[in-house]
Amino acid sequence: MNLNYRSLGWRLVLIGLFTVILQVAAVSQVKVFGVNADLVPLVAASVGLICGALPGAVFGFALGLLLDFALVETVGVASLILLTIGYATGRLRELRDPQGAIVPLLVGAAATAAAQIGFSLLTFLLGQEVPLGWALLWELLGTVAFNAAIAIPVYLVVRRCLLSVLPEDPRRRRRRAYTTGGLSPLSRS
Amino acid sequence: MYDRAVRRRRLTLAALLALSLLLLTAYFGESSGGVLHSAQRGVFGVFAPIQDGASRVLKPGRDLFGWFGDTIDAKGRVGELERSNRNLRARAIAGSEAERVNGQLRQLLNLDNAGGLAAAKPVTARVIGQSPTVWYASVTINEGSNRGVKVGNPVINGDGLVGQVSTVTGDAAVVTLISDGELAVPARVSVGGAQGVAQTGAGGPEDLRLKFIARRFRLDPGATVVTAGTVSNSPGLESLYPPGIPIGSVTRVEDPETDAQKIYLRTFADLRKLEIVQVLTSSINGNRR
Repeated sequence: MNLNYRSLGWRLVLIGLFTVILQVAAVSQVKVFGVNADLVPLVAASVGLICGALPGAVFGFALGLLLDFALVETVGVASLILLTIGYATGRLRELRDPQGAIVPLLVGAAATAAAQIGFSLLTFLLGQEVPLGWALLWELLGTVAFNAAIAIPVYLVVRRCLLSVLPEDPRRRRRRAYTTGGLSPLSRS
Repeated sequence: MYDRAVRRRRLTLAALLALSLLLLTAYFGESSGGVLHSAQRGVFGVFAPIQDGASRVLKPGRDLFGWFGDTIDAKGRVGELERSNRNLRARAIAGSEAERVNGQLRQLLNLDNAGGLAAAKPVTARVIGQSPTVWYASVTINEGSNRGVKVGNPVINGDGLVGQVSTVTGDAAVVTLISDGELAVPARVSVGGAQGVAQTGAGGPEDLRLKFIARRFRLDPGATVVTAGTVSNSPGLESLYPPGIPIGSVTRVEDPETDAQKIYLRTFADLRKLEIVQVLTSSINGNRR
């Protein structure tokens, strides 16, 4: 994929900053049924799904680092998890190129579950007492469900922000050619 | 060409993974004055004013979504509150005589408390950020060392104890909430005087427990738990918390009056909806009673 890395980089920096500020200053403080949404894994997964594995991994790493610094938490934990999410969703796009409308929802839910479980595992490995119980399970499942509900709008917003700096998708170009008439192979017959 | 792209992708992934693990190991291994911690405080110092501005700008939207969330939650609590209301009405009738005497005592108690806390140089602050994960129970406030806030200062709101300051920059600070398992608060039961430590158990962040209570003390649900303050007369063993700050009430007791008794508390302060808090920046008489 031939990417304009400079334009893409600037947009990803802005998306990352906006995501962290929005998450920390607003989204984290709005609870429904005792759980809140977590935009961070959704945005990391969306970038991976739109841009591919390499930009997805770099963006995930930087987003995690920013989050760890902004929240004064153990540096490296969020980077490691979001890097993995960005890379994995990017590889999914490169290997399978899933096209269904429901794909961002499924990927968003999976990314959120991976982030939550990843945090649990790393927290446990770092020697912190892991709060196991129904409250945690409720929080985990609630966050996954909440994130799944907003995954498609988040994906669409991220795609809208990045679309103009990405090379045109051949499938989309072909579809536009058909709908605009002149370039359709059928028109030659 | 393809091989080069694959190689570059794999190299980048390996480098980022190694860097993450390196950062994690270095951060975990260094002291709070180390390079990464200092850099983190620097970034936090830059980020805090932006976060403060964003918090103010986004407040209307947050309130709107919060209203929807509260409405949904409130519907589920109607039945529970109706039952609670009936119980409270019965207790109010029974307690009307006690109230007359209690009023006079409360006036004295309030006077002591208000005088005590005012002398602790409270700094009022607004909550401008909250950790998004269940693992890190912390909030960010918009006052820091410029107003005298220091690491270890207790933080309260109108309902009671909220937590303790864990990181400070010039204009902001991070408060570790009482729901964080790392925090242990010397506490006593206001009636009976049983002393122990309030700390979140391994069952979940909302699972606050009163530990190390001697089995001779019988605690009933509803008993009020407050901070114990400093109990030792030895210098250097002062508690960080002034005595008498309300923490929460006992919700249930498992295996009462045994060495293995488990006492569960519910905090008075609603830790999920913190907006205005006060940092007590000074201790009086080493927080002794």
